[in-house]
Amino acid sequence: MNTSLQGRWALLGLLLLGTATVLLGTAAGSQGWQAWWSGPSDDVSRQIVWDIRLPRSLGAWLGGALLGLAGAVAQGLFRNPLADPYLLGSASGAALGVGTYWGLLGTSAWAMGWWMGLGLTVAAFIGAVLAVLLTLLLAHGVQQTLRLLLAGVVVGVVLGAVTSMISLMQPQVLQAMQGFMLGSTAFISWTACITMACVLVLCLALGGLFARVLDALTLGESTAQSLGVPLRSARTVLVGVISLSTGAAVAHIGLVAFVGLAAPHLVRSLVHSTHAWRMLLSALMGGALLSLADVQARVLFAPQELPVGVFTAVLGGGYLLRRIYRDSGLHDGTGGRP
Amino acid sequence: MADWFMRLACCWLLWCSAAQAVTVLDDQQQKIQIAKPPQRIVSLLPSLTETVCALGACQRLVGVDRYSNWPGSLAQVPRVGGGIDPNIENIVALKPDLVLAAGSTRGADRLQALGLTVLRLEPRNHADAQRVLRTVGVALGTSAIESERVWREIQTGVQAAAQSLTPQAKAQRVYFEVSAAPYGASESSFIGETLQRMGVGNILPATMGPFPLVNPEFVVRAQPDVIMVGDSSRISMAQRPGWASLKAMQAQRICVFKQAESDMLVRAGPRMAEGARLMAECLNRAAGEGR
Repeated sequence: MNTSLQGRWALLGLLLLGTATVLLGTAAGSQGWQAWWSGPSDDVSRQIVWDIRLPRSLGAWLGGALLGLAGAVAQGLFRNPLADPYLLGSASGAALGVGTYWGLLGTSAWAMGWWMGLGLTVAAFIGAVLAVLLTLLLAHGVQQTLRLLLAGVVVGVVLGAVTSMISLMQPQVLQAMQGFMLGSTAFISWTACITMACVLVLCLALGGLFARVLDALTLGESTAQSLGVPLRSARTVLVGVISLSTGAAVAHIGLVAFVGLAAPHLVRSLVHSTHAWRMLLSALMGGALLSLADVQARVLFAPQELPVGVFTAVLGGGYLLRRIYRDSGLHDGTGGRP
Repeated sequence: MADWFMRLACCWLLWCSAAQAVTVLDDQQQKIQIAKPPQRIVSLLPSLTETVCALGACQRLVGVDRYSNWPGSLAQVPRVGGGIDPNIENIVALKPDLVLAAGSTRGADRLQALGLTVLRLEPRNHADAQRVLRTVGVALGTSAIESERVWREIQTGVQAAAQSLTPQAKAQRVYFEVSAAPYGASESSFIGETLQRMGVGNILPATMGPFPLVNPEFVVRAQPDVIMVGDSSRISMAQRPGWASLKAMQAQRICVFKQAESDMLVRAGPRMAEGARLMAECLNRAAGEGR
């Protein structure tokens, strides 16, 4: 089967899976499964399905898609299969952005409508950009896997500490941050969905524009340069894409680990394709993964709800460990082939 | 004549509160309109739950957060999550006409956006407790006279606790540990204010902020006469370096409060008189042992 046909089937399959899980999400209620099509049809039930369950299910999908896309771009750009929004420190940076934003404006900002939500996204974006730049600076570039990972861990820890300090100084922020760290889709509104959808479209478009650069990069930096690829501008834009998509996701669903790492891996094991396809499929895969996890987190211990970040951390951690043991290519420090 | 006039005023106030829409100010200085006295209330903060009950509207609560545990009759009321993870869907499904939440409650804006009336109040000190009691009273349609009566009763209780202290008990200085980190309660905290009203010293000055993270060395240097502590951090205390030399530890002038008692002490709500009484008993006991 040729690549694009494979890709098309995967696209169709993942779209269907995503739609199915989002629909399933509208039937996953606070008391376990509550199918809306067979339940009572009063105003409150309608509001619960349309204004609570649908935006949060869709929001989980969008957030997962953003993280999946960020992961695919990061792994392509850094030619490193372990690059992920979290391991690069950008998620901690985004969290710091959110913490600072709350620290300055107070958590009452929750109450201030969509432009405050947008401000939150911008703050998270700025934090993410700074964190990625710091990681790259500490790692002296992206060639050394081990150095990159170590730098990412260091940046993550340091920025995490700064966030803790901000929240310690302001008790109100402390409580909000505590909930934020768990990662939850429970508070996603339609406006948050719209913000995330816009960012997703923008990032997909930008990623698609520079996908050929990533393809050329797989042949090595000097070869790419000799092919006449605009490496410098591509790097800048793609780091921006990673930071923006991570920032938008983190601002709305909090810290949700491993989706950005696992989605591109799963796509790679399904389809061998160009980066343009891989980005699109990783986004769809991330969306499907997170919305599946979200539905699980809601019904597993209903009426008690598990924060979805805790859930993905446990599942994703196991997946990562398996990868590390299987991929002997990771040990030599040169990075695996994408 | 004056008596008759008072009665008329009462009736008028009652009528006003029962018949008209009221507007109250929340902690963010937003005006919250409440069309008619709410009959289905959800409370997401224990001290607000207790305030509602103190105003005699306990039976109007249809949902509370998982930490609300007083009065006992609440055991039957559905739980709707906690301050950082309120279950939005559960709350909406209960069709409340008033949601009481702390300022820091996550998702309060979501609830508001979904069309619920959300009143954000977070009592942190004695003055707050009074303001919150009044505000909740207005929101519930309770007469101002009733709210004042409840507040006066609480104050009488605190006063009685203060008067029950012996002069020796009053002369003591207290270290109150809130959690084992260790976080202490300073003079500017709710607990500190209660102690201050009883005329008892606190080793943590107000300048340190309400609940400072205390260096254990600070406590050793300050040599408190009495240590008050929650059940959970009692065990780790003896192992802290240098604490064995604390006079209060040697003389066992330590009051350990059970979880239910700690709730009473730390919640800035209508049970502050009971909290004051607990602390007064502790101080009297410690002073007796000190002699």
